[in-house]
Amino acid sequence: MSYFGPGHGACPGCGLTIATRNVLEALEGKCFVANSTGCLEIVSSQYGRSAWGVPYIHSLFENTGAVAAGIDLALKALKRKDEGKVIVLAGDGATADIGIGPLSGMFDRNHDVIYICLDNEAYQNTGNQQSGLTPPGSNTTTTPVGELLPGKVGRKKDMVSIAVAHGVAYVATASVAFHADIRRKVRKAAEIEGAKYIQIHTPCVTGWGIDGKQTILSARLAYETALYPIIEYENGELTRVRKIKERKPVEEYLKIQRRFRHLFKHPRGKEIISMLQKIADENAAKFNLDV
Amino acid sequence: MKKVVRGFYSIAYSVKLCRPDVIAAYPITPQTEIVENLAKMYADGELGNCEYVTAESEFGAASILVGASATGARTFTATCSQGLILMSEVLINAAGMRLPIVLVNTNRALSAPLSIWNDHQDSMILRDAGLMQIYVETNQEAHDMVPVAFKVAENPKVMLPFMINMDGYKLTHAYEPIDLLDQEVVDSFLPPYDPPVYMTTKNPLTFGCYAPPNYYAEFRVVLQNAMERAEKELEKAYKEWAEITGRDWGGHVVTEGVEDAELIAIAMGSLTGMVRNVVSELRNQGKKVGLLKIRTFRPFPAKEIKEILKDVEKILVFERAVSFGYEGPVGMEVKSACFGLTPEFYSFAVGLGGRDVPGEEVMKIINEVYDGKVKQGFHFGTVKPFEEVVV
Amino acid sequence: MVMKITLGGVSKPHSSKTMKTGDWGTEYPVVDEEKCTACKTCEYLCPDACIVVVEKEDGKKVAVPDYDYCKGCGVCFSVCPAGAIKMELKEIYKLEVC
Repeated sequence: MSYFGPGHGACPGCGLTIATRNVLEALEGKCFVANSTGCLEIVSSQYGRSAWGVPYIHSLFENTGAVAAGIDLALKALKRKDEGKVIVLAGDGATADIGIGPLSGMFDRNHDVIYICLDNEAYQNTGNQQSGLTPPGSNTTTTPVGELLPGKVGRKKDMVSIAVAHGVAYVATASVAFHADIRRKVRKAAEIEGAKYIQIHTPCVTGWGIDGKQTILSARLAYETALYPIIEYENGELTRVRKIKERKPVEEYLKIQRRFRHLFKHPRGKEIISMLQKIADENAAKFNLDV
Repeated sequence: MKKVVRGFYSIAYSVKLCRPDVIAAYPITPQTEIVENLAKMYADGELGNCEYVTAESEFGAASILVGASATGARTFTATCSQGLILMSEVLINAAGMRLPIVLVNTNRALSAPLSIWNDHQDSMILRDAGLMQIYVETNQEAHDMVPVAFKVAENPKVMLPFMINMDGYKLTHAYEPIDLLDQEVVDSFLPPYDPPVYMTTKNPLTFGCYAPPNYYAEFRVVLQNAMERAEKELEKAYKEWAEITGRDWGGHVVTEGVEDAELIAIAMGSLTGMVRNVVSELRNQGKKVGLLKIRTFRPFPAKEIKEILKDVEKILVFERAVSFGYEGPVGMEVKSACFGLTPEFYSFAVGLGGRDVPGEEVMKIINEVYDGKVKQGFHFGTVKPFEEVVV
Repeated sequence: MVMKITLGGVSKPHSSKTMKTGDWGTEYPVVDEEKCTACKTCEYLCPDACIVVVEKEDGKKVAVPDYDYCKGCGVCFSVCPAGAIKMELKEIYKLEVC
């Protein structure tokens, strides 16, 4: 299986590339990739050093939903739909912030596109600036920890609900902690006509301050604490969740990452940790995650 | 087949005859009726296999065409003004990616203050974008230039986006008898799009690379080379068009009465007609004035223009834009083309934000320049007396 | 060799293979072939597509790292359900710096 890499320039232990490889594997390489500017693009598309084994296009940071829509339209017009599925691989900033307009347009027109958001929870390509998908308490370079502020103050944007509200037929979250689940969800999405949204939690070694040996562990802890619920919506209905056997306190997840380490000594740290625990508890209740 | 139609329709009908694969657009005054016409043709099943979509913005429309064009589709959009500059990031990107997207820009002023009326400030801002740009004088010329645009944009020696500029309202809303082209004529001139490279799973290429400093400069040289080749290929296409249709719109530039002229007036777009009338009247009065109409703005036909202007005493540019902090952009280009010559140079920004440019104003400006009553350099046309205040 | 500038910067697939990233890391994975169950967990989770389960001459299937590209991140080590992978420090990093 080699639809992506080796020889790309991602950091050792990068979560994005794990997700990307499993997405392409699920489609057996029969796909067109539209990729927004960001980590994945920059590590894979240097001139003459492409890591891609599938047709790939990068245009801009914020237009990938529309570029994918254009590929879909062209394949229809040219009667080449049988060549493969159109997928977007976009970061969380490209998805939830700068590119949300074209994404909304693509959803609204219901193009036959699988939009995959690779969520590493900040603008990691440019060195860990906060995005709409950065969780509260995260220490980023634009929400730095200071005397007053304990990192990001504010919520993680609920892209899943935004996608569901658009009437997107298949909406799911996934995590690199569960590689087979990524492949299953992508294959399932590929069978559904119209727009699909899958958000994959992809740890970032540099931005999160973890070691490559903790990439999968940290993704798993996000799930086990219910901070990153693994869920599926079909036609607006919650149809499947990954149950958690013994839900762990959020501290287990926070303590292994440099971006949250300040929470254990900052004057407002307890407040943020209890806020995160509340989010986890609400997730567990909303999605009925506890076994 | 001659029909009285609006400018909008003259474009839409011609686009249909070019057999596009994907049209994406967003409504904006005074462009909307072009895409409304196309939408109706699509709804009536007249566009063949073409996919037509209304995007969520002009930015989205242009981006959709980037994806479609890279996949091998013939693509079209229309826009203007705020829409064009919203598209600008995408169009600059498309030029670098060498995607032959064709667009019609129905020239309109830029905000602020908001103005929906005509001038050329929108397209001039895209001067450096890597798009080919031509300006048409009439709706028949607009109608005829759509197949030419596709032909040159998709020419393997060129492969660049192409923007046809037609004046908003002045042309778009005007009813004129148009000799609508026959499908066979367009088919004989414009072959189906055969992209040299395109996205396919059969040969999975990577589009839209990033280039480190050891490559980037060469890509920009290549873009400049493509523009230089475009100058020749466009000239050839203009000629071929004249031969096939019998309608000769001229080359990159058109001149009238320049051979003995002491003053040459320069204009682009729909204003040219008025300037032509005034020049003709003045020539009848025995004044040695001539007209230079610039059709192709990018690639800029600098050598041709210099050759025409080499012996003239006075150059007078009428234009519809200002590069704030310097002068009018067309005047700047003409002056630059004339480097080494020593004529007197005058340029006038007229008709900004849709202000009417009556024949009397054109007559007055030409006469005053001809008679040496105006200082050399950049001027605004008729402006009312005003006082600058805060509130 | 004269530089080639393609139309619009189009690149050929898998041309990143010329970039050997095997010298990036300080550590490298070593697979204990006895313990390896060829479950492919490491293969699916390697960020660099450089550990693959292959069939050896004796018919046994084992995970084999490609040291030309392995960045030594340790993902394979951390996920191996059989504990068959250990990370070792490259010789050069064992040198004492005076």
